[in-house]
Amino acid sequence: MLNIITQHWDTLVSGLGYTLQSSLIALIGSVVVGTAFALMEISVHRWLRVIGTAYVEIIRNVPLLVITMGFYVIVPKYVVAVDGFTAGTIGLTIYTSAFIAETVRAGIESVAVGQMEGARAVGMTYTQAMTHIVFPQAIKIVIPPLGNQFINLVKNSSVLAFVAGFDLMYQAKIIANLTFDTFNTYLAVGVFYLVLTMPLSYLMRYLEKKWVTA
Amino acid sequence: MQNFIDAYSQINLSYLLQGLWITVEVSVTSIFFSFLIGTLLGIARYVKVRFFSAAVGFVIDLIRNLPLLLILFFTYFALPKIGIRLGVIPASIVAMTIFESAMLAEIVRSGIIAVPIGQMEAARSNGLSYSQAMIHVILPQAFKKMIPPIVSQFISLVKDTSLATIILLPELTYHAQIIYGQNVNYTIPMFVALAVLYFVANYTLSIGARLINRRLNHA
Amino acid sequence: MTKRFKHVLAAVFAGLLALTLTGCGQSAASRDALTHAKQVKTLVWGVKADTRLFGLMNIKTGKIEGFDIDMATALTKQILGADAKPTLVQVTSDTRVPMLKGGNLDAVIATMTITPERQQVLDFSDAYFNAGQSLLVKKGSAIRSVKDLKAGTKVIGVQGSNSVDNVQKAAPNTKVLQLSDYAQAFTALKSGQGDALTTDNGILYGMSEQDPDYVVVGGTFTKEPYGIAMNKGQSRLRQAMNQALKDLKANGTYTKLVNKWFGDIPGFDAKEVQ
Repeated sequence: MLNIITQHWDTLVSGLGYTLQSSLIALIGSVVVGTAFALMEISVHRWLRVIGTAYVEIIRNVPLLVITMGFYVIVPKYVVAVDGFTAGTIGLTIYTSAFIAETVRAGIESVAVGQMEGARAVGMTYTQAMTHIVFPQAIKIVIPPLGNQFINLVKNSSVLAFVAGFDLMYQAKIIANLTFDTFNTYLAVGVFYLVLTMPLSYLMRYLEKKWVTA
Repeated sequence: MQNFIDAYSQINLSYLLQGLWITVEVSVTSIFFSFLIGTLLGIARYVKVRFFSAAVGFVIDLIRNLPLLLILFFTYFALPKIGIRLGVIPASIVAMTIFESAMLAEIVRSGIIAVPIGQMEAARSNGLSYSQAMIHVILPQAFKKMIPPIVSQFISLVKDTSLATIILLPELTYHAQIIYGQNVNYTIPMFVALAVLYFVANYTLSIGARLINRRLNHA
Repeated sequence: MTKRFKHVLAAVFAGLLALTLTGCGQSAASRDALTHAKQVKTLVWGVKADTRLFGLMNIKTGKIEGFDIDMATALTKQILGADAKPTLVQVTSDTRVPMLKGGNLDAVIATMTITPERQQVLDFSDAYFNAGQSLLVKKGSAIRSVKDLKAGTKVIGVQGSNSVDNVQKAAPNTKVLQLSDYAQAFTALKSGQGDALTTDNGILYGMSEQDPDYVVVGGTFTKEPYGIAMNKGQSRLRQAMNQALKDLKANGTYTKLVNKWFGDIPGFDAKEVQ
């Protein structure tokens, strides 16, 4: 396993780079998209609620691979050229946004309704109450799940391997085919993933504990 | 429009349904085994037997932090190296079970933790042994709380079977790929069919769970 | 926690462990594949299911059809007797080597070129098909041969195929995108993910036959002799395979099969490959 790591260090590191890059972009993207859909879900307008709920329910029930492959083969043919990395990252963003929408919605709803009413009673507008009172409290509740979503993203970004997205898994397959040493290659790549995900997952567990007891 | 009519010919649809059947078969078997093993692992982690629980916990953390794709590859291509040779369906089931058991173990553990400690104390003071109290008092309450996260885990499992296309499991997504691989005009119809079929399968699962949940809460 | 509960838990886990371990049988890679095949009257072949002309899934019948499949059937019968049948297991270029090495398969007949790198880990039969690498492009494309592959052109290949290495040698500046199998690769080409698809001419003619909007250009720029791959140490099986190949060539079966699949392909010389 060690000689796979030393001999193919550059390949592995470049794969790790793409994996990280894709996961980070998708995290930011899905927080934006997810929050938008969460706000739609709890909106006072009926049609926005319908759209928000439909989006979340549909995306949550369809496999990431199907969304990603769909983007990779359909969009460039009929809409606009997207390469494997982009298609994969967009697929990850869409998929994750549905889960983030649920987290954010739960976060907002768990900040007691009374908080909003209290804020409005002291003369704040809806927007002011949202930004100054409700959101800061919701953040503490949503950070640990967001961290966990990032870990999921790192793991899920392995679908980029299906669409030639240059990620860690894609490089793993190339190295395995070069060395014919499948066993050690996947062992090495497993270590690479763990180096990323393990510390993060312990950090998230720590934060969860700390903020819950605080 | 014509593409859709042609794509959904009886031959193609029955081929898709064959794939769906494999998806269901692999999902249901993996759900069954991962529920059993996940519960055991969750308890093992909870009860804090010295070294043993810590070791189980570490292995669970390792598996939870790896991509399922990697575990699938490993089960199919690396296990033969130590003499375990599995066909593509058993290999998929084993890989899914390993991964999902680790996920479920965490859910079970936090479910048990959420049951007030007084419940255990009360059961013990009424003369139940530890295992009796665990099985008859703690677990039933814990499971009631765990139903929503367990169901979303099972929905993930159904979706994740699609990843086994990488080891050529002849499931739904793979069959769709074969169909549009042979006729490019069927690409969009096939993706629409995939989305609909997965949605229906998973939505059925969550509606079923909602019904069970309601019945339990009324009981 | 009481002792009894601990014991129950320990017993359950010991049971699970035992169950896992009994799954480990003797290593199939080390047993004699030919002796075993004669006992069970079948050879387990790794074949393609996404490659027209060589091995393609027929959606109507659920059976795989193609030249490699017919060869596997003929060779199985030649080696084990007329009542023997091949067992077909689907592989891709990406999965065939680990599956063979893992002992899941007796032999691989899946458009696999005999290369020195592969010979270090596997044994090959004599060549049974002489392919050569070429390019598939959309009709009217500016790319007419491998010389037109420049920096900025994107070429699609398949993971685990040596055509990826070859094209990188022939056109070092070109970007190669590797997909997991030929169905995905052709779909990617049709989606516009790349400017050309490269692999062996036989496979490309199969794609072109399926969708005439795509054409094979520029002739071949490498020689790709296909062999049947077997595990190292299976010399008896290898000898039997080579003998059976000779017999099939001598009795005309081989030529008949080549003509059945490649006789009517425009632009393809069925004599050249034999």
